[in-house]
Amino acid sequence: MGYVFAVAAMKDGKNVTYLPSYGAEMRGGTANCTVAVSDDEIFSPVASTPDYAVIMNKPSLAKYENMMKSGGMLFINSSIIPQGLFRSDLAAVRIPANDIAREVGSDRVVNMIMLGAFTEKTRLTSLESIISSLQENVKAKSASVMKLNKKALYRGAEYVSRGNE
Amino acid sequence: MKQIFQRPKYLKKTPFHYCPGCGHSIIHRLIAEVLEELDIGDIAVGVPPAGCAVLAYDYLDVDMGEAAHGRSPAVATGIKRTLPDRIVFSYQGDGDIAAIGTAETIHSANRGENITVIFVNNGCYGMTGGQMAPTTILEQETTTTPGGRSAAHHGHPIDLSEMIAITHGSVYIERTSVHSVKHILGTKKALKKAFNCQMEGRGFSMVEILSPCPTNWKLSPIDSFRRIEKEITKAYPLKVIKDLTIGEK
Amino acid sequence: MTDKVLMRGTHVIAETAIRAGCRFYAGYPITPQNELAEYMSGAMLKTDEGTFIQAESEIAAVNMVIGASMAGARAMTSSSSPGISLKQEGISFLAAQELPAVIVNAMRGGPGLGNIAPTQGDYFQATRGGGHGDYRTIVLAPAKGQELADLTIKAFDYADHYRSPVIILIDGMMGQMMEPVLLPEPLQLSDLPFKDWILDGARRRPSRIIRSLILDPALEEEHNWKLYRKYENISRELQIAETYQTDDARLVVVAYGTAARIAKGAIKRVREIGLKVGLLRPLTLWPFPVKAMEEASRFVKEFLVYEMSTGQMVEDIRLALKHRSEVHFHGRPGGIVSTPDEIAKIITSLYYRRGLEEEPG
Repeated sequence: MGYVFAVAAMKDGKNVTYLPSYGAEMRGGTANCTVAVSDDEIFSPVASTPDYAVIMNKPSLAKYENMMKSGGMLFINSSIIPQGLFRSDLAAVRIPANDIAREVGSDRVVNMIMLGAFTEKTRLTSLESIISSLQENVKAKSASVMKLNKKALYRGAEYVSRGNE
Repeated sequence: MKQIFQRPKYLKKTPFHYCPGCGHSIIHRLIAEVLEELDIGDIAVGVPPAGCAVLAYDYLDVDMGEAAHGRSPAVATGIKRTLPDRIVFSYQGDGDIAAIGTAETIHSANRGENITVIFVNNGCYGMTGGQMAPTTILEQETTTTPGGRSAAHHGHPIDLSEMIAITHGSVYIERTSVHSVKHILGTKKALKKAFNCQMEGRGFSMVEILSPCPTNWKLSPIDSFRRIEKEITKAYPLKVIKDLTIGEK
Repeated sequence: MTDKVLMRGTHVIAETAIRAGCRFYAGYPITPQNELAEYMSGAMLKTDEGTFIQAESEIAAVNMVIGASMAGARAMTSSSSPGISLKQEGISFLAAQELPAVIVNAMRGGPGLGNIAPTQGDYFQATRGGGHGDYRTIVLAPAKGQELADLTIKAFDYADHYRSPVIILIDGMMGQMMEPVLLPEPLQLSDLPFKDWILDGARRRPSRIIRSLILDPALEEEHNWKLYRKYENISRELQIAETYQTDDARLVVVAYGTAARIAKGAIKRVREIGLKVGLLRPLTLWPFPVKAMEEASRFVKEFLVYEMSTGQMVEDIRLALKHRSEVHFHGRPGGIVSTPDEIAKIITSLYYRRGLEEEPG
């Protein structure tokens, strides 16, 4: 998800850095990546205080809520994270991504739903750029996977644009 | 006047520095003769070891690139893969090939590197003063096996050639000796076959040569030859250990 | 912009190496640089005569590189800290035998097995030789995606030009991070510099020997002085450093690689509150950019060295400054990557503690 976003922002002409977690944290737990996007040179790929965070599970919420910049925005997968925020200076965008994914027809597109919602809300890049980035990265896969991803992106975007969150 | 003996083309005009009765001089000469007879001296690159024979490049008149102790097969791999149409050989002692460089040797063989390894087995670390080698036979006295090598204390001598033979990439492995004229001629034949094997692109070839070290064995050259015949060949029998060179490549 | 690709650091180095004419790679798996070898394993197949070998050990890998270099190939190996320790024998031989080769070290936590997090604990090992004997190794320290590409090209050029091993010193983070990179055009092998010393068979020329055994102490001394003269030339010709906002700076932070990026982010923050702080970033760790340090010390009396170690480069800085300026140190060893905020706090506190906010009298 972070990678697709980073490529999209690069295609928009922005400077980007994409920093994955690696090694022992490759799967599960609080595996994460940090994407920095800027019109200017990006110095640190490490975020002191992120502006935005997309939170996919409970341990991640506990870990990253404290790090956020005051006034920052959290995108929360509310299907599996029912609780609210401790901090009152952050905005929460709650998306029942697993539920929407089931409607779309595949549990595997949860991340695309979150990405669609994130893109629509932040406008850091466009859905078109995200799709063109996706196309580059799933070119080996079948057209049906692409179709499903697209559908999920739009459903995520639609969810937040209707003010459901 | 008919010339019946001359210096081989690929030996330099340098007197050998090796001890009297040492096998290296004989083996160097055999390599030079084989390179000449197969007409591959001009495309040969040799990798000498750390040990007495490190100075092989002072005698063999072919391109030579020195390797660290035990690393010759890895260096030879790098050369051969870069220049597959050249003839690449390593020249290694027993400590070099069967102790510190065991991994490099086994894996080069197992990858089937198309190189030729000349393994000189004299049962001791000659250059450093005659310490126990992995091939030192049981009961043999060395500077680090006072009272003789004991299986209980020092472990058994290693059968490196037999080990190499079971790797899938090795094609031709033979153990020979240089303790008599007959055996010297046999060694030459084996060397020729090993280089031929490489020329035909068959894969890893190795000749283990039992060689005397009179100085460290504390024997006369003649007695050293006798010792090989009587004792060493019992522990390390002379034979073709593996030969897959028959048939079409 | 569309020509740029978003690539992780290890892939940038691998792809650029091939474009620079590298046709031999041998390596052994170790985190955090496995992606370099993995990339090479596929990319080398697509070249005409390229070789990729997953070696049986780090030692074998570097010795294969020695062989390939003897045979004239542009050759490379990569590893991470514990693996680089094993390669030191080979690096010493490369230096002694004057063979070009490029070695990538993605530093991780240490000593010992340590961890796989990014650190800078191998500065001494890289710049002080690491292996045995009286030699130096050129050490390049990129800090950006594009620099990984640019310095990889340079690494091969320097290696050939000076007939010396060149180390590209990164850390796990530089290796994993992705940034947009404009890759260089591939070089044709026929355009690479001709080498008149390689071992390719003595056809129509006298036979050659590449060796490091020099038993006669007088000749070994001569060889050592020859290498020394080469290192003197490199020291003169190859110092590279970047400065950022040093013109009016009262405090200059010195950092390289990942640490320099964090420091730059911190400097941007403290500049916003009016602190006159700049950055000096060595791109060559050996030769150390003494000239840039001397230049900076003419106007700056306070330096803060930030390293992801307990302090190694700081010794070179003290040597370069010869006590003309105050040198402070902040280190985070063990794999902790500071945030720019943390470094900004360190800078700010130091700045006021040293009274730098006052106009000089």
